[in-house]
Amino acid sequence: MSGVGLGKPGAEPPEPADGDGPSGAAPGRPMVRSEGVCKSFGRLDVLKGIDLEVMPGEVMCVIGPSGSGKSTFLRCINHLEKINAGRLWVNGHLVGYRERGGKLHELRESEVAAQRRDIGMVFQRFNLFPHMTALENVMEAPVQVRRIPRAKAREAAVALLERVGLADKARSYPSQLSGGQQQRVAIARALAMEPALMLFDEPTSALDPELVGEVLEVMKQLAVDGMTMIVVTHEMGFAREVGDSLVFMDGGVVVEKGTPREVLANPRHQRTQDFLSKVL
Amino acid sequence: MTVTDETSREGRPEEIRAVPVRHWGRWVAAVIIAYIAVWAVYSVVNNPNFGWDVIGQNFTITAVMTGIGKTLELTAIAMVMGVVGGVLLAIMRLSPNPLISGSAWLYIWAFRGTPVLVQILLWAFIKALVPQLSIGIPFGPTFAHFDANSLITPFVAGCLGLGLNEAAYMSEIVRAGILSVDQGQAEAASALGMSRAKTMRRIVLPQAMRVIIPPTGNETISMLKTSSLVSVIAVPELLYSVQIIYGRTYQTIPLLLLASIWYLIMTSILTVGQFYLERYFGRGTAQRQTMLERLWSNLRARRTAQRTAVEGRER
Repeated sequence: MSGVGLGKPGAEPPEPADGDGPSGAAPGRPMVRSEGVCKSFGRLDVLKGIDLEVMPGEVMCVIGPSGSGKSTFLRCINHLEKINAGRLWVNGHLVGYRERGGKLHELRESEVAAQRRDIGMVFQRFNLFPHMTALENVMEAPVQVRRIPRAKAREAAVALLERVGLADKARSYPSQLSGGQQQRVAIARALAMEPALMLFDEPTSALDPELVGEVLEVMKQLAVDGMTMIVVTHEMGFAREVGDSLVFMDGGVVVEKGTPREVLANPRHQRTQDFLSKVL
Repeated sequence: MTVTDETSREGRPEEIRAVPVRHWGRWVAAVIIAYIAVWAVYSVVNNPNFGWDVIGQNFTITAVMTGIGKTLELTAIAMVMGVVGGVLLAIMRLSPNPLISGSAWLYIWAFRGTPVLVQILLWAFIKALVPQLSIGIPFGPTFAHFDANSLITPFVAGCLGLGLNEAAYMSEIVRAGILSVDQGQAEAASALGMSRAKTMRRIVLPQAMRVIIPPTGNETISMLKTSSLVSVIAVPELLYSVQIIYGRTYQTIPLLLLASIWYLIMTSILTVGQFYLERYFGRGTAQRQTMLERLWSNLRARRTAQRTAVEGRER
Protein backbone atom coordinates (compact mmCIF):
# COMPACT_ATOMS: atom_id res chain seq x y z
CA MET A 1 0.00 0.00 0.00
CA SER A 2 3.02 2.31 0.11
CA GLY A 3 3.07 5.08 -2.40
CA VAL A 4 6.62 4.58 -3.63
CA GLY A 5 8.42 6.95 -5.90
CA LEU A 6 5.50 9.18 -6.63
CA GLY A 7 6.26 11.91 -4.15
CA LYS A 8 8.10 15.04 -5.14
CA PRO A 9 11.83 14.94 -4.50
CA GLY A 10 12.45 15.54 -0.86
CA ALA A 11 8.81 15.12 0.04
CA GLU A 12 8.07 12.38 2.47
CA PRO A 13 6.24 9.59 0.66
CA PRO A 14 2.83 8.89 2.11
CA GLU A 15 3.06 5.94 4.41
CA PRO A 16 0.43 3.38 5.15
CA ALA A 17 -1.31 4.29 8.34
CA ASP A 18 -1.54 1.59 10.94
CA GLY A 19 -5.02 0.68 12.04
CA ASP A 20 -8.02 2.21 10.42
CA GLY A 21 -9.20 4.35 13.26
CA PRO A 22 -10.46 7.77 12.33
CA SER A 23 -8.00 9.59 14.51
CA GLY A 24 -4.91 8.14 12.89
CA ALA A 25 -3.75 11.48 11.54
CA ALA A 26 -0.05 11.62 12.16
CA PRO A 27 1.36 15.09 12.65
CA GLY A 28 3.13 16.45 9.62
CA ARG A 29 1.38 14.13 7.20
CA PRO A 30 -1.34 15.61 5.00
CA MET A 31 -4.87 14.39 5.58
CA VAL A 32 -5.57 14.61 1.88
CA ARG A 33 -2.91 14.51 -0.78
CA SER A 34 -3.70 14.73 -4.43
CA GLU A 35 -1.13 14.33 -7.19
CA GLY A 36 -2.02 14.87 -10.81
CA VAL A 37 -5.59 13.71 -10.35
CA CYS A 38 -7.45 13.52 -13.66
CA LYS A 39 -11.05 12.60 -14.24
CA SER A 40 -13.00 12.46 -17.45
CA PHE A 41 -16.55 11.50 -18.27
CA GLY A 42 -16.26 9.94 -21.70
CA ARG A 43 -14.47 12.53 -23.83
CA LEU A 44 -15.11 15.35 -21.40
CA ASP A 45 -12.07 16.07 -19.23
CA VAL A 46 -13.38 17.42 -15.95
CA LEU A 47 -10.19 17.31 -13.88
CA LYS A 48 -6.86 17.91 -15.62
CA GLY A 49 -4.24 17.22 -12.99
CA ILE A 50 -5.07 18.41 -9.50
CA ASP A 51 -2.19 18.77 -7.04
CA LEU A 52 -3.31 19.68 -3.54
CA GLU A 53 -2.53 18.96 0.07
CA VAL A 54 -4.79 19.42 3.05
CA MET A 55 -3.20 19.19 6.49
CA PRO A 56 -4.99 17.80 9.54
CA GLY A 57 -7.19 20.46 11.10
CA GLU A 58 -7.07 22.60 7.97
CA VAL A 59 -10.23 24.11 6.51
CA MET A 60 -9.83 24.39 2.77
CA CYS A 61 -12.45 26.23 0.76
CA VAL A 62 -12.77 25.58 -2.94
CA ILE A 63 -14.37 28.18 -5.18
CA GLY A 64 -14.80 28.48 -8.92
CA PRO A 65 -17.37 28.77 -11.68
CA SER A 66 -19.82 25.93 -12.24
CA GLY A 67 -18.35 23.16 -14.32
CA SER A 68 -14.86 23.86 -13.04
CA GLY A 69 -14.63 20.40 -11.46
CA LYS A 70 -14.83 21.38 -7.77
CA SER A 71 -17.63 18.97 -6.92
CA THR A 72 -16.11 16.20 -9.01
CA PHE A 73 -12.82 16.57 -7.16
CA LEU A 74 -14.66 16.34 -3.85
CA ARG A 75 -16.47 13.19 -5.00
CA CYS A 76 -13.17 11.64 -6.07
CA ILE A 77 -11.81 12.03 -2.55
CA ASN A 78 -14.26 9.45 -1.17
CA HIS A 79 -14.25 7.43 -4.39
CA LEU A 80 -17.80 8.24 -5.44
CA GLU A 81 -16.01 8.92 -8.72
CA LYS A 82 -13.13 6.79 -9.97
CA ILE A 83 -10.12 8.84 -11.00
CA ASN A 84 -8.56 8.15 -14.39
CA ALA A 85 -5.00 9.23 -13.62
CA GLY A 86 -2.88 10.48 -10.75
CA ARG A 87 -2.88 9.44 -7.13
CA LEU A 88 -5.07 10.40 -4.21
CA TRP A 89 -4.36 9.62 -0.58
CA VAL A 90 -6.56 10.19 2.43
CA ASN A 91 -4.92 9.80 5.80
CA GLY A 92 -2.04 7.97 4.13
CA HIS A 93 -4.27 5.45 2.37
CA LEU A 94 -4.45 5.35 -1.40
CA VAL A 95 -8.12 5.99 -2.25
CA GLY A 96 -9.85 3.09 -4.02
CA TYR A 97 -6.69 1.19 -4.91
CA ARG A 98 -3.89 -0.87 -3.46
CA GLU A 99 -0.40 -0.61 -4.88
CA ARG A 100 1.47 -3.85 -5.02
CA GLY A 101 4.54 -4.60 -7.11
CA GLY A 102 4.24 -1.33 -8.99
CA LYS A 103 0.71 -2.19 -10.08
CA LEU A 104 -2.59 -0.80 -8.92
CA HIS A 105 -5.26 -3.23 -7.78
CA GLU A 106 -8.82 -2.08 -7.35
CA LEU A 107 -10.08 -2.37 -3.81
CA ARG A 108 -13.03 -4.62 -3.14
CA GLU A 109 -16.38 -3.01 -2.42
CA SER A 110 -16.13 -3.71 1.30
CA GLU A 111 -12.67 -2.13 1.44
CA VAL A 112 -13.87 1.00 -0.34
CA ALA A 113 -16.78 1.16 2.11
CA ALA A 114 -14.32 0.87 5.01
CA GLN A 115 -12.31 3.80 3.61
CA ARG A 116 -15.41 5.94 3.31
CA ARG A 117 -16.31 5.45 6.96
CA ASP A 118 -13.62 7.92 7.96
CA ILE A 119 -14.77 10.52 5.45
CA GLY A 120 -17.98 12.41 6.13
CA MET A 121 -19.79 13.97 3.22
CA VAL A 122 -22.49 16.62 3.15
CA PHE A 123 -24.41 17.07 -0.09
CA GLN A 124 -25.92 20.11 -1.74
CA ARG A 125 -29.35 18.45 -1.73
CA PHE A 126 -29.00 17.03 1.82
CA ASN A 127 -29.91 13.47 0.71
CA LEU A 128 -31.43 12.64 4.07
CA PHE A 129 -33.27 9.32 4.17
CA PRO A 130 -36.91 10.48 3.93
CA HIS A 131 -38.40 7.33 5.48
CA MET A 132 -36.49 7.83 8.73
CA THR A 133 -36.78 10.46 11.45
CA ALA A 134 -33.91 12.85 12.05
CA LEU A 135 -32.72 10.66 14.93
CA GLU A 136 -32.93 7.48 12.84
CA ASN A 137 -31.01 9.20 10.05
CA VAL A 138 -28.17 9.97 12.42
CA MET A 139 -28.26 6.51 14.05
CA GLU A 140 -28.43 4.52 10.81
CA ALA A 141 -24.75 4.28 9.89
CA PRO A 142 -23.36 3.76 13.43
CA VAL A 143 -25.85 0.93 14.03
CA GLN A 144 -25.72 -0.67 10.58
CA VAL A 145 -22.09 -0.11 9.66
CA ARG A 146 -20.19 0.23 12.92
CA ARG A 147 -22.47 -2.25 14.73
CA ILE A 148 -22.81 0.01 17.75
CA PRO A 149 -25.62 -1.07 20.12
CA ARG A 150 -28.83 0.89 19.46
CA ALA A 151 -29.05 2.43 22.92
CA LYS A 152 -25.52 3.75 22.70
CA ALA A 153 -26.00 5.00 19.14
CA ARG A 154 -29.19 6.76 20.18
CA GLU A 155 -27.39 8.53 22.99
CA ALA A 156 -24.66 9.68 20.62
CA ALA A 157 -27.20 10.74 18.00
CA VAL A 158 -29.15 12.83 20.50
CA ALA A 159 -25.91 14.52 21.53
CA LEU A 160 -25.07 15.25 17.89
CA LEU A 161 -28.51 16.68 17.18
CA GLU A 162 -28.04 18.87 20.22
CA ARG A 163 -24.70 19.98 18.85
CA VAL A 164 -26.35 21.17 15.62
CA GLY A 165 -29.17 22.75 17.64
CA LEU A 166 -31.93 20.32 16.68
CA ALA A 167 -32.49 18.24 19.81
CA ASP A 168 -36.21 19.07 19.67
CA LYS A 169 -36.51 17.83 16.07
CA ALA A 170 -35.24 14.31 16.73
CA ARG A 171 -38.58 12.70 15.97
CA SER A 172 -39.36 14.79 12.87
CA TYR A 173 -39.16 13.38 9.38
CA PRO A 174 -37.01 15.29 6.85
CA SER A 175 -40.12 16.49 5.01
CA GLN A 176 -41.20 18.26 8.19
CA LEU A 177 -37.94 20.21 8.47
CA SER A 178 -36.76 23.36 6.72
CA GLY A 179 -33.84 23.17 4.32
CA GLY A 180 -31.46 24.58 6.89
CA GLN A 181 -32.61 22.10 9.52
CA GLN A 182 -32.29 19.23 7.04
CA GLN A 183 -28.74 20.21 6.21
CA ARG A 184 -27.84 20.40 9.90
CA VAL A 185 -29.26 16.89 10.39
CA ALA A 186 -27.17 15.79 7.39
CA ILE A 187 -24.06 17.23 9.06
CA ALA A 188 -24.94 15.40 12.29
CA ARG A 189 -25.43 12.20 10.29
CA ALA A 190 -21.97 12.52 8.76
CA LEU A 191 -20.41 13.31 12.15
CA ALA A 192 -22.00 10.22 13.68
CA MET A 193 -19.36 8.07 11.97
CA GLU A 194 -16.66 10.10 13.73
CA PRO A 195 -14.90 10.99 10.50
CA ALA A 196 -11.36 12.32 10.30
CA LEU A 197 -12.30 14.46 7.31
CA MET A 198 -15.47 16.24 6.29
CA LEU A 199 -16.35 17.06 2.71
CA PHE A 200 -18.97 19.72 2.02
CA ASP A 201 -20.38 19.90 -1.50
CA GLU A 202 -22.00 23.34 -1.79
CA PRO A 203 -23.85 22.80 1.50
CA THR A 204 -25.76 26.07 1.36
CA SER A 205 -26.51 26.36 -2.35
CA ALA A 206 -29.96 24.78 -2.15
CA LEU A 207 -31.03 26.90 0.81
CA ASP A 208 -33.17 30.00 1.09
CA PRO A 209 -30.91 32.97 1.93
CA GLU A 210 -32.22 33.35 5.48
CA LEU A 211 -31.37 29.70 6.27
CA VAL A 212 -27.75 29.84 5.09
CA GLY A 213 -26.50 31.37 8.33
CA GLU A 214 -27.58 28.55 10.63
CA VAL A 215 -25.73 25.96 8.53
CA LEU A 216 -22.59 28.05 8.25
CA GLU A 217 -22.66 28.58 12.03
CA VAL A 218 -22.60 24.80 12.60
CA MET A 219 -19.74 24.42 10.12
CA LYS A 220 -17.83 27.23 11.78
CA GLN A 221 -18.14 25.52 15.15
CA LEU A 222 -16.89 22.32 13.55
CA ALA A 223 -13.83 24.16 12.22
CA VAL A 224 -13.16 25.68 15.64
CA ASP A 225 -13.28 22.16 17.12
CA GLY A 226 -10.40 21.21 14.81
CA MET A 227 -12.14 19.17 12.11
CA THR A 228 -10.34 18.83 8.80
CA MET A 229 -12.72 20.17 6.18
CA ILE A 230 -12.87 20.66 2.45
CA VAL A 231 -15.70 23.01 1.56
CA VAL A 232 -16.86 23.66 -1.98
CA THR A 233 -18.78 26.88 -1.59
CA HIS A 234 -19.90 30.18 -2.99
CA GLU A 235 -19.94 31.79 0.46
CA MET A 236 -16.94 34.10 0.24
CA GLY A 237 -17.65 35.46 3.72
CA PHE A 238 -17.36 31.98 5.19
CA ALA A 239 -14.20 31.31 3.20
CA ARG A 240 -12.59 34.52 4.44
CA GLU A 241 -13.63 34.08 8.06
CA VAL A 242 -13.24 30.33 8.64
CA GLY A 243 -11.01 29.02 5.86
CA ASP A 244 -7.31 28.41 6.38
CA SER A 245 -6.73 28.14 2.66
CA LEU A 246 -8.65 29.01 -0.46
CA VAL A 247 -8.43 27.26 -3.80
CA PHE A 248 -9.74 28.74 -7.01
CA MET A 249 -10.50 26.14 -9.67
CA ASP A 250 -11.39 26.73 -13.28
CA GLY A 251 -11.51 24.42 -16.28
CA GLY A 252 -10.42 21.38 -14.28
CA VAL A 253 -7.23 22.86 -12.87
CA VAL A 254 -6.23 24.67 -9.69
CA VAL A 255 -5.62 28.21 -10.86
CA GLU A 256 -4.65 29.70 -7.57
CA LYS A 257 -4.17 28.63 -3.98
CA GLY A 258 -3.38 30.72 -0.95
CA THR A 259 -4.80 32.10 2.25
CA PRO A 260 -8.35 33.38 1.76
CA ARG A 261 -7.22 36.93 2.48
CA GLU A 262 -4.53 36.83 -0.22
CA VAL A 263 -6.66 35.24 -2.88
CA LEU A 264 -9.75 37.33 -2.26
CA ALA A 265 -7.97 40.64 -1.83
CA ASN A 266 -5.08 40.28 -4.29
CA PRO A 267 -5.82 37.57 -6.83
CA ARG A 268 -2.72 37.00 -8.94
CA HIS A 269 -4.38 35.45 -11.96
CA GLN A 270 -6.60 37.15 -14.46
CA ARG A 271 -9.17 34.33 -14.33
CA THR A 272 -9.43 34.60 -10.56
CA GLN A 273 -9.87 38.35 -10.84
CA ASP A 274 -12.63 37.94 -13.43
CA PHE A 275 -14.46 35.36 -11.31
CA LEU A 276 -14.21 37.37 -8.11
CA SER A 277 -15.33 40.56 -9.81
CA LYS A 278 -18.53 38.74 -10.74
CA VAL A 279 -19.33 37.17 -7.37
CA LEU A 280 -18.06 39.71 -4.83
CA MET B 1 -50.36 24.24 8.63
CA THR B 2 -50.37 26.35 11.77
CA VAL B 3 -53.61 26.83 13.60
CA THR B 4 -54.29 30.50 14.10
CA ASP B 5 -54.76 31.45 17.70
CA GLU B 6 -58.32 32.71 18.12
CA THR B 7 -57.30 35.73 20.19
CA SER B 8 -54.98 36.95 17.44
CA ARG B 9 -57.96 37.22 15.11
CA GLU B 10 -59.41 40.13 17.05
CA GLY B 11 -59.55 43.36 15.15
CA ARG B 12 -59.54 41.55 11.81
CA PRO B 13 -62.26 42.43 9.27
CA GLU B 14 -65.30 40.17 9.48
CA GLU B 15 -64.94 36.64 8.07
CA ILE B 16 -66.51 36.30 4.59
CA ARG B 17 -69.67 34.19 4.60
CA ALA B 18 -70.83 34.29 0.98
CA VAL B 19 -73.71 32.37 -0.59
CA PRO B 20 -72.09 29.43 -2.42
CA VAL B 21 -72.73 28.86 -6.14
CA ARG B 22 -75.65 26.46 -6.68
CA HIS B 23 -74.82 23.57 -8.99
CA TRP B 24 -78.22 22.77 -10.52
CA GLY B 25 -76.75 20.34 -13.05
CA ARG B 26 -75.37 18.19 -10.24
CA TRP B 27 -78.76 17.99 -8.59
CA VAL B 28 -80.43 16.86 -11.81
CA ALA B 29 -77.72 14.24 -12.40
CA ALA B 30 -78.07 12.98 -8.82
CA VAL B 31 -81.83 12.53 -9.21
CA ILE B 32 -81.42 10.60 -12.47
CA ILE B 33 -78.75 8.33 -11.03
CA ALA B 34 -80.80 7.65 -7.89
CA TYR B 35 -83.82 6.75 -10.06
CA ILE B 36 -81.78 4.28 -12.13
CA ALA B 37 -80.27 2.77 -8.98
CA VAL B 38 -83.67 2.18 -7.40
CA TRP B 39 -84.91 0.56 -10.61
CA ALA B 40 -81.84 -1.70 -10.82
CA VAL B 41 -82.15 -2.87 -7.22
CA TYR B 42 -85.89 -3.46 -7.68
CA SER B 43 -85.45 -5.61 -10.78
CA VAL B 44 -82.59 -7.63 -9.26
CA VAL B 45 -84.54 -8.39 -6.10
CA ASN B 46 -87.73 -9.31 -7.96
CA ASN B 47 -86.23 -11.42 -10.77
CA PRO B 48 -86.67 -15.06 -9.65
CA ASN B 49 -83.89 -16.19 -12.02
CA PHE B 50 -81.29 -14.71 -9.68
CA GLY B 51 -82.25 -17.41 -7.19
CA TRP B 52 -81.53 -15.50 -4.01
CA ASP B 53 -82.89 -18.35 -1.94
CA VAL B 54 -80.38 -20.74 -3.52
CA ILE B 55 -77.57 -18.28 -2.86
CA GLY B 56 -78.70 -17.94 0.74
CA GLN B 57 -78.91 -21.68 1.28
CA ASN B 58 -75.51 -22.42 -0.18
CA PHE B 59 -73.69 -19.30 0.97
CA THR B 60 -71.69 -20.91 3.78
CA ILE B 61 -71.83 -24.61 3.03
CA THR B 62 -68.66 -26.64 3.60
CA ALA B 63 -67.80 -27.06 -0.08
CA VAL B 64 -67.86 -23.28 -0.62
CA MET B 65 -65.89 -22.63 2.55
CA THR B 66 -63.12 -25.07 1.68
CA GLY B 67 -63.11 -23.60 -1.83
CA ILE B 68 -62.56 -20.14 -0.34
CA GLY B 69 -59.77 -21.56 1.79
CA LYS B 70 -58.05 -23.01 -1.27
CA THR B 71 -58.50 -19.77 -3.20
CA LEU B 72 -56.87 -17.77 -0.39
CA GLU B 73 -54.11 -20.35 -0.07
CA LEU B 74 -53.39 -20.23 -3.81
CA THR B 75 -53.40 -16.43 -3.82
CA ALA B 76 -51.07 -16.20 -0.84
CA ILE B 77 -48.59 -18.76 -2.14
CA ALA B 78 -48.59 -17.35 -5.67
CA MET B 79 -48.11 -13.77 -4.41
CA VAL B 80 -45.27 -14.74 -2.07
CA MET B 81 -43.60 -16.51 -5.00
CA GLY B 82 -44.32 -13.49 -7.15
CA VAL B 83 -42.94 -10.90 -4.74
CA VAL B 84 -39.82 -12.84 -3.75
CA GLY B 85 -39.14 -13.84 -7.33
CA GLY B 86 -39.93 -10.34 -8.52
CA VAL B 87 -37.47 -8.65 -6.15
CA LEU B 88 -34.82 -11.18 -7.13
CA LEU B 89 -35.44 -10.71 -10.85
CA ALA B 90 -35.51 -6.92 -10.51
CA ILE B 91 -32.16 -6.86 -8.71
CA MET B 92 -30.78 -9.26 -11.31
CA ARG B 93 -31.99 -7.03 -14.12
CA LEU B 94 -30.23 -4.03 -12.58
CA SER B 95 -26.99 -5.98 -12.22
CA PRO B 96 -24.00 -4.70 -14.20
CA ASN B 97 -23.21 -8.31 -15.15
CA PRO B 98 -24.81 -8.83 -18.60
CA LEU B 99 -25.21 -12.58 -18.07
CA ILE B 100 -27.27 -12.03 -14.90
CA SER B 101 -29.39 -9.20 -16.27
CA GLY B 102 -29.80 -11.08 -19.56
CA SER B 103 -31.11 -14.24 -17.92
CA ALA B 104 -33.60 -12.20 -15.89
CA TRP B 105 -34.70 -10.52 -19.10
CA LEU B 106 -35.14 -13.91 -20.77
CA TYR B 107 -37.26 -15.20 -17.89
CA ILE B 108 -39.53 -12.17 -18.00
CA TRP B 109 -39.78 -12.39 -21.76
CA ALA B 110 -40.92 -16.02 -21.64
CA PHE B 111 -43.24 -15.90 -18.65
CA ARG B 112 -44.85 -12.60 -19.50
CA GLY B 113 -45.18 -13.40 -23.18
CA THR B 114 -47.27 -16.56 -22.87
CA PRO B 115 -50.81 -16.86 -21.47
CA VAL B 116 -50.95 -17.82 -17.81
CA LEU B 117 -53.68 -20.35 -18.61
CA VAL B 118 -51.30 -22.16 -20.96
CA GLN B 119 -48.58 -22.08 -18.30
CA ILE B 120 -50.94 -23.61 -15.74
CA LEU B 121 -51.88 -26.37 -18.19
CA LEU B 122 -48.22 -27.04 -19.02
CA TRP B 123 -47.40 -27.45 -15.32
CA ALA B 124 -50.36 -29.75 -14.90
CA PHE B 125 -49.21 -31.95 -17.78
CA ILE B 126 -45.52 -31.75 -16.86
CA LYS B 127 -45.45 -35.54 -16.60
CA ALA B 128 -45.69 -35.78 -20.36
CA LEU B 129 -42.61 -33.55 -20.66
CA VAL B 130 -40.41 -34.92 -17.88
CA PRO B 131 -41.77 -38.10 -16.30
CA GLN B 132 -38.96 -38.28 -13.73
CA LEU B 133 -37.62 -35.40 -11.66
CA SER B 134 -34.31 -35.95 -9.95
CA ILE B 135 -32.06 -33.96 -7.66
CA GLY B 136 -28.41 -34.08 -8.61
CA ILE B 137 -25.74 -32.49 -10.73
CA PRO B 138 -26.65 -32.13 -14.42
CA PHE B 139 -24.69 -34.66 -16.49
CA GLY B 140 -23.38 -35.96 -13.13
CA PRO B 141 -24.63 -38.14 -10.32
CA THR B 142 -28.23 -37.92 -9.08
CA PHE B 143 -29.22 -38.19 -5.45
CA ALA B 144 -32.99 -38.63 -5.51
CA HIS B 145 -35.73 -39.46 -7.94
CA PHE B 146 -39.33 -38.27 -7.89
CA ASP B 147 -42.26 -39.25 -9.96
CA ALA B 148 -43.44 -36.01 -11.58
CA ASN B 149 -47.04 -36.97 -11.15
CA SER B 150 -46.87 -37.44 -7.39
CA LEU B 151 -44.71 -34.34 -6.85
CA ILE B 152 -46.61 -31.93 -9.09
CA THR B 153 -50.18 -32.34 -7.87
CA PRO B 154 -52.81 -30.11 -9.48
CA PHE B 155 -52.50 -27.71 -6.53
CA VAL B 156 -48.70 -27.48 -6.90
CA ALA B 157 -49.10 -27.02 -10.65
CA GLY B 158 -51.56 -24.19 -9.98
CA CYS B 159 -49.15 -22.49 -7.56
CA LEU B 160 -46.26 -22.82 -10.01
CA GLY B 161 -48.28 -21.53 -12.93
CA LEU B 162 -49.64 -18.52 -11.07
CA GLY B 163 -46.54 -17.74 -8.98
CA LEU B 164 -43.88 -17.99 -11.69
CA ASN B 165 -46.00 -15.89 -14.03
CA GLU B 166 -46.57 -13.33 -11.29
CA ALA B 167 -42.83 -13.08 -10.60
CA ALA B 168 -42.31 -11.78 -14.13
CA TYR B 169 -44.89 -9.02 -13.63
CA MET B 170 -43.74 -8.19 -10.11
CA SER B 171 -40.13 -7.82 -11.25
CA GLU B 172 -41.11 -4.94 -13.52
CA ILE B 173 -43.04 -3.30 -10.69
CA VAL B 174 -40.11 -3.68 -8.29
CA ARG B 175 -37.65 -2.43 -10.90
CA ALA B 176 -39.74 0.68 -11.49
CA GLY B 177 -39.82 1.23 -7.72
CA ILE B 178 -36.06 0.90 -7.35
CA LEU B 179 -35.43 3.26 -10.26
CA SER B 180 -37.83 5.81 -8.75
CA VAL B 181 -35.55 6.32 -5.73
CA ASP B 182 -33.24 9.33 -6.12
CA GLN B 183 -29.65 8.41 -6.98
CA GLY B 184 -28.51 10.73 -4.17
CA GLN B 185 -29.93 8.30 -1.61
CA ALA B 186 -27.60 5.49 -2.65
CA GLU B 187 -24.74 8.00 -2.81
CA ALA B 188 -25.41 9.25 0.71
CA ALA B 189 -25.54 5.67 1.96
CA SER B 190 -22.27 4.67 0.33
CA ALA B 191 -20.65 7.89 1.57
CA LEU B 192 -21.55 6.65 5.06
CA GLY B 193 -19.72 3.40 4.31
CA MET B 194 -22.74 1.18 3.75
CA SER B 195 -22.32 -1.79 1.44
CA ARG B 196 -24.35 -2.06 -1.73
CA ALA B 197 -26.53 -4.88 -0.35
CA LYS B 198 -27.21 -2.96 2.85
CA THR B 199 -27.98 0.21 0.91
CA MET B 200 -30.51 -1.74 -1.13
CA ARG B 201 -32.13 -3.31 1.93
CA ARG B 202 -32.10 -0.37 4.34
CA ILE B 203 -32.34 2.69 2.10
CA VAL B 204 -33.52 1.99 -1.44
CA LEU B 205 -36.11 -0.79 -1.06
CA PRO B 206 -38.05 0.84 1.83
CA GLN B 207 -38.40 3.98 -0.29
CA ALA B 208 -39.19 1.99 -3.41
CA MET B 209 -42.01 0.34 -1.44
CA ARG B 210 -44.05 3.52 -1.70
CA VAL B 211 -44.06 3.05 -5.47
CA ILE B 212 -44.23 -0.75 -5.33
CA ILE B 213 -47.13 -1.24 -2.88
CA PRO B 214 -50.06 0.22 -4.86
CA PRO B 215 -49.54 -1.88 -8.01
CA THR B 216 -48.72 -4.89 -5.81
CA GLY B 217 -52.09 -4.46 -4.13
CA ASN B 218 -53.67 -4.44 -7.56
CA GLU B 219 -51.73 -7.57 -8.46
CA THR B 220 -52.93 -9.32 -5.29
CA ILE B 221 -56.53 -8.45 -5.99
CA SER B 222 -56.07 -9.52 -9.58
CA MET B 223 -54.41 -12.76 -8.43
CA LEU B 224 -57.36 -13.58 -6.18
CA LYS B 225 -59.54 -13.57 -9.27
CA THR B 226 -56.99 -15.09 -11.66
CA SER B 227 -56.62 -18.03 -9.28
CA SER B 228 -60.02 -19.17 -10.59
CA LEU B 229 -58.17 -20.22 -13.76
CA VAL B 230 -56.81 -23.27 -11.99
CA SER B 231 -60.34 -24.66 -12.01
CA VAL B 232 -59.38 -25.99 -15.46
CA ILE B 233 -56.96 -28.42 -13.84
CA ALA B 234 -59.51 -29.44 -11.19
CA VAL B 235 -58.07 -27.66 -8.16
CA PRO B 236 -61.06 -27.36 -5.81
CA GLU B 237 -60.88 -23.62 -5.25
CA LEU B 238 -63.96 -21.40 -5.03
CA LEU B 239 -64.99 -21.45 -8.70
CA TYR B 240 -64.37 -25.17 -9.18
CA SER B 241 -66.31 -25.91 -5.96
CA VAL B 242 -69.43 -24.10 -7.18
CA GLN B 243 -69.00 -25.62 -10.63
CA ILE B 244 -69.22 -29.08 -9.06
CA ILE B 245 -72.40 -28.06 -7.27
CA TYR B 246 -74.18 -26.57 -10.29
CA GLY B 247 -73.02 -29.48 -12.41
CA ARG B 248 -75.21 -31.55 -10.12
CA THR B 249 -78.13 -29.15 -9.52
CA TYR B 250 -78.13 -27.06 -12.72
CA GLN B 251 -78.48 -23.88 -10.61
CA THR B 252 -75.74 -22.25 -12.67
CA ILE B 253 -76.55 -18.54 -12.30
CA PRO B 254 -77.20 -18.47 -8.54
CA LEU B 255 -74.01 -20.37 -7.79
CA LEU B 256 -71.88 -18.22 -10.09
CA LEU B 257 -73.38 -15.17 -8.36
CA LEU B 258 -72.57 -16.75 -5.02
CA ALA B 259 -68.95 -17.12 -6.06
CA SER B 260 -68.91 -13.53 -7.35
CA ILE B 261 -70.22 -12.22 -4.03
CA TRP B 262 -67.48 -14.07 -2.17
CA TYR B 263 -64.84 -12.76 -4.57
CA LEU B 264 -66.18 -9.24 -3.98
CA ILE B 265 -66.04 -9.67 -0.22
CA MET B 266 -62.45 -10.89 -0.38
CA THR B 267 -61.25 -8.18 -2.74
CA SER B 268 -62.93 -5.54 -0.55
CA ILE B 269 -61.03 -6.76 2.49
CA LEU B 270 -57.79 -6.69 0.50
CA THR B 271 -58.49 -3.11 -0.59
CA VAL B 272 -58.73 -2.02 3.05
CA GLY B 273 -55.50 -3.84 3.88
CA GLN B 274 -53.77 -2.14 0.98
CA PHE B 275 -54.75 1.28 2.30
CA TYR B 276 -53.05 0.75 5.65
CA LEU B 277 -49.98 -0.79 4.01
CA GLU B 278 -49.66 2.23 1.73
CA ARG B 279 -49.98 4.56 4.66
CA TYR B 280 -47.25 2.72 6.57
CA PHE B 281 -44.77 2.89 3.69
CA GLY B 282 -45.77 6.47 2.90
CA ARG B 283 -44.56 7.69 6.30
CA GLY B 284 -42.37 10.74 6.03
CA THR B 285 -44.54 11.99 3.16
CA ALA B 286 -48.08 13.32 3.18
CA GLN B 287 -50.37 11.24 5.38
CA ARG B 288 -53.52 9.79 3.85
CA GLN B 289 -56.68 9.50 5.92
CA THR B 290 -59.40 6.86 5.89
CA MET B 291 -62.86 8.02 4.90
CA LEU B 292 -63.94 7.76 8.54
CA GLU B 293 -60.96 9.79 9.76
CA ARG B 294 -61.67 12.42 7.13
CA LEU B 295 -65.30 12.58 8.23
CA TRP B 296 -64.28 13.08 11.87
CA SER B 297 -61.73 15.76 11.14
CA ASN B 298 -64.21 17.56 8.88
CA LEU B 299 -66.87 17.48 11.59
CA ARG B 300 -64.41 18.69 14.18
CA ALA B 301 -63.28 21.54 11.93
CA ARG B 302 -66.87 22.53 11.21
CA ARG B 303 -67.78 22.50 14.90
CA THR B 304 -64.87 24.75 15.87
CA ALA B 305 -65.69 27.04 12.95
CA GLN B 306 -69.28 27.30 14.13
CA ARG B 307 -68.21 27.94 17.69
CA THR B 308 -65.90 30.74 16.61
CA ALA B 309 -68.62 32.21 14.43
CA VAL B 310 -71.06 32.20 17.36
CA GLU B 311 -68.49 33.67 19.73
CA GLY B 312 -67.64 36.29 17.12
CA ARG B 313 -71.26 37.35 16.86
CA GLU B 314 -71.67 37.47 20.64
CA ARG B 315 -68.73 39.79 20.84
